Amino acid sequence: MRISMRVNGTEYSREVEARLLLIHFLRDHLGLTGSHWGCDTSNCGACVVWLDDTPVKSCTVLAAMADGRQVLTVEGLERGGELDPVQQGFAECHGLQCGFCTPGMMLTARWLLDQHPDPSDAQIREALSGQICRCTGYENIVRSVRWAAEYEARARAQEIQA
Amino acid sequence: MTAGPELTGAYGPVRRKEDARFVRGQGTFVDDIQRPRMLHGAILRSPLAHARIVSVDIAAAQAHPKVEAVITGETLAGRALAWMPTLSQDVQAVLATDKVRFQGQEVAFVVAQDRYAARDALELINVEYEPLPVVVDAKRALDPDAPLIRDDRDGQADNHIFDWEAGDKAATDAVFAAADVVVAQDMLYPRSHPAPLETCGAVADFNKVTGQLTVWSTTQAPHAHRTLYALVAGIPEHKIRIISPDIGGGFGNKVPVYPGYICAIVGAMVTGRPVKWVEDRSENLMSTSFARDYHMHGEIAATKQGRILGIRAKVLADHGAFNGAAQPTNFPAGFFHIFTGSYDLRAAHCEVTGVYTNKAPGGVAYSCSFRITEAVYLIERLVDLLAGELGVDAGQLRMQNLLRPEQFPYTCPTGWEYDSGDYPRALQLAMDIAGYAELRREQAAKRARGEYMGIGLSFFTEGVGAGPRAHMDILGLGMADGADLRIHPTGKAVLAISVQTQGQGHETTFAQIVAQELGLSPDDVDVVHGDTDRTPFGLGTYGSRSTPVSGAAAAVVARKVRERARIVAAAMLEVSPDDLEWAAGKWQVRGDPEQARNLAEIAMAAHSALDLPDGVEGHLDAETVYNPPNLTYPFGAYICVTDVDPGTGQVSLRRFIAVDDCGVQINPMIVEGQVHGGLADGLGMAMMQVIAFDESGNCLGGSFMDYLLPTSVECPSWELGETVTPSPHHPIGAKGIGESATVGSPPAVVNSVLDALRPFGVRHADMPLTPANVWSAIQGHPLRTDLAIT
Repeated sequence: MRISMRVNGTEYSREVEARLLLIHFLRDHLGLTGSHWGCDTSNCGACVVWLDDTPVKSCTVLAAMADGRQVLTVEGLERGGELDPVQQGFAECHGLQCGFCTPGMMLTARWLLDQHPDPSDAQIREALSGQICRCTGYENIVRSVRWAAEYEARARAQEIQA
Repeated sequence: MTAGPELTGAYGPVRRKEDARFVRGQGTFVDDIQRPRMLHGAILRSPLAHARIVSVDIAAAQAHPKVEAVITGETLAGRALAWMPTLSQDVQAVLATDKVRFQGQEVAFVVAQDRYAARDALELINVEYEPLPVVVDAKRALDPDAPLIRDDRDGQADNHIFDWEAGDKAATDAVFAAADVVVAQDMLYPRSHPAPLETCGAVADFNKVTGQLTVWSTTQAPHAHRTLYALVAGIPEHKIRIISPDIGGGFGNKVPVYPGYICAIVGAMVTGRPVKWVEDRSENLMSTSFARDYHMHGEIAATKQGRILGIRAKVLADHGAFNGAAQPTNFPAGFFHIFTGSYDLRAAHCEVTGVYTNKAPGGVAYSCSFRITEAVYLIERLVDLLAGELGVDAGQLRMQNLLRPEQFPYTCPTGWEYDSGDYPRALQLAMDIAGYAELRREQAAKRARGEYMGIGLSFFTEGVGAGPRAHMDILGLGMADGADLRIHPTGKAVLAISVQTQGQGHETTFAQIVAQELGLSPDDVDVVHGDTDRTPFGLGTYGSRSTPVSGAAAAVVARKVRERARIVAAAMLEVSPDDLEWAAGKWQVRGDPEQARNLAEIAMAAHSALDLPDGVEGHLDAETVYNPPNLTYPFGAYICVTDVDPGTGQVSLRRFIAVDDCGVQINPMIVEGQVHGGLADGLGMAMMQVIAFDESGNCLGGSFMDYLLPTSVECPSWELGETVTPSPHHPIGAKGIGESATVGSPPAVVNSVLDALRPFGVRHADMPLTPANVWSAIQGHPLRTDLAIT
């Protein structure tokens, strides 16, 4: 079957098997290997991408279900050569070690900050609780998200002043 | 004790070089590798734990339009590849020919045009099995009527693998006979799995014309794998290139050679096209190297005043169906015999018996520092039980018995020479951060109200950085590691090392080591790793050995460069090399900072027409092989505070305080991250992680829905502290840190929960302390966690 979707702002159209998973479509068909596959069972969240405005685990979404919709992956977080504050936060706070869970974590974090610009640590932990990191013990991921929240709060304050 | 360098210059919380690619999704993991005309492999695995293979019918699979090859044990037997050597002098079936010996064992390998077709074709293979009786309980493995698992081994009449002992039995027995108090406990360190988020996989590319084999592989030890492939497959070693690209976590899971790697290589040779094989999560959990599975009986002897005198242990070690434990050759129980821990004991003795069972092979994995995890758990549980027996505070009992700073270097009763330590300082700091006395008051008040709060301690000593090549090798390969350092004419440096990062940040910390030695910025140093064609030989990253061994090599090779630079600088300044001193990152005429040359200036001169003394070569490049004189001995004091709901058995981990001492810290930010991650692992093992089996040998932990791992909501905000006691024999005074927290934290959690349960008279319960297990323990019947878990 032929499906079309806009991924990171670019329109793609491909002939695929109906059973193809979105994660494999992104990785194998579009070459967007930033999203990772980790568990098969929707437990680890290494495959989290946005479908329209919502984070989804792309290992349990059929590529066909994304037909006609928009997808955001880690490759689309950077805007105009500028890292998203969430990306900066992860690098700044040692929020990653092996880097395998990081794209999924960042996409959920981006969604959280869009919903709640000033989340508590408990809210950050709750938002990320459907995803697994085997390296960091989560502490520095929480710090990274908070760093991004504070960075964006400062930016908003400067905008208002200006 | 020697003073290490100050935390100045290039050392410090430098942000990681690796992160620029990872936060952009531009890492290159094995499954990201694409090759022209690449095919995909998938493995058919045994559904049974023990069965004779009657027949394997591959006709339908071969007829699948997208299938390029189907490989069976018979195919491999034709190439003498059906069996491969393990890292413990055993053999393991690559693809089963005679029997399957654990659920999930590799039976056939399909190579197809895409990964979906490869999976489809697995369904078309028809294997007829004749089921055999199963042994899953290590305690039954040596029963006279136990089925023989390894009938492939000549002379093997039972499921016994080895007996091994350490320490002085007579002296230990004498200490125990004379002791006022002896406390004994059976305890299980249950089977666990490292479960790195990236599963294992490989892309094999074989060029029939040149005979060149290139394998991109999830390996923590690329050089050792290359040698093993050369030995197994008969491919000349110089024609093999192993590339270990970005690795999505290792934790020991990616040390062994797995059948899938061999299958991918054979698949590439058979089809003449590159073959990718990446296992799924169930395959990872059910077939690759597990960890622990130690059934331990421990005893501790003390005076009634609380002076600990001795320890002894008998261990039954479950190694699964093939002895595939990855550890130095002479250490079949790893470094378990460092089980004397951090205390001043008079005698110790342990006996370990290894057995085969119908379970997946492995044993030494998961950040265990070669079984020190099990050793620390044993003694730290025994110390807590002793405190209970004597009616004294567990913190006070530890403080009373810890080795004192003036005893270092200290040789423990089983022969390990601890290099340096200040243990009481670390324990005191942990107690200060925790507010220990106040916590005990709170606990007493809560107990009076019928609330169950626990405070658990552990103190650990690790020996890491294997190791001195006279004693330690793997497959006969001594555990020394090389380092090559090139200095370009403009003073930029490229360091090539034998170890490689799976998240530890080597590209950053190793650049810092070189930069610190040569007066450079870490930005001026590139680190090459994970590619056997571009790096010197070495044994790889595991057992917290990167900084102790390869980090030392990096410092030594940088100092060699510095000495070469001295001769060139002397020629530039027209003085004798003896007239120069290294100061502020430059060679200068003694006492005259005006007469100085930095490395960039010297490097350019070294490549120029400058007249050098006779016999002095140009350029500054150097190489070294570092053979560590001893292990390094990091240590730490941990305190865990829990609250237990007796109605449900639910444990809330309220606080965790960790004070670590890993000697001189190259990058404290990365050290902190290593500790954080290890603490989460320890929490997981203590509270939820177990690979259990039913009586038929079905693996009950074969997915992340069954094998639970801690998430952000189970983990508290870790509270860290540090002391710095440099290693006297390491060139920069550093010790390993990668596994400290995984080794040290489980007993703190377990001691905490059992401390909470003290009013119920619960003496011991095995990990994991799930709500069901804790609730059962309160009822007086802790669960046998390794056989079936509810």
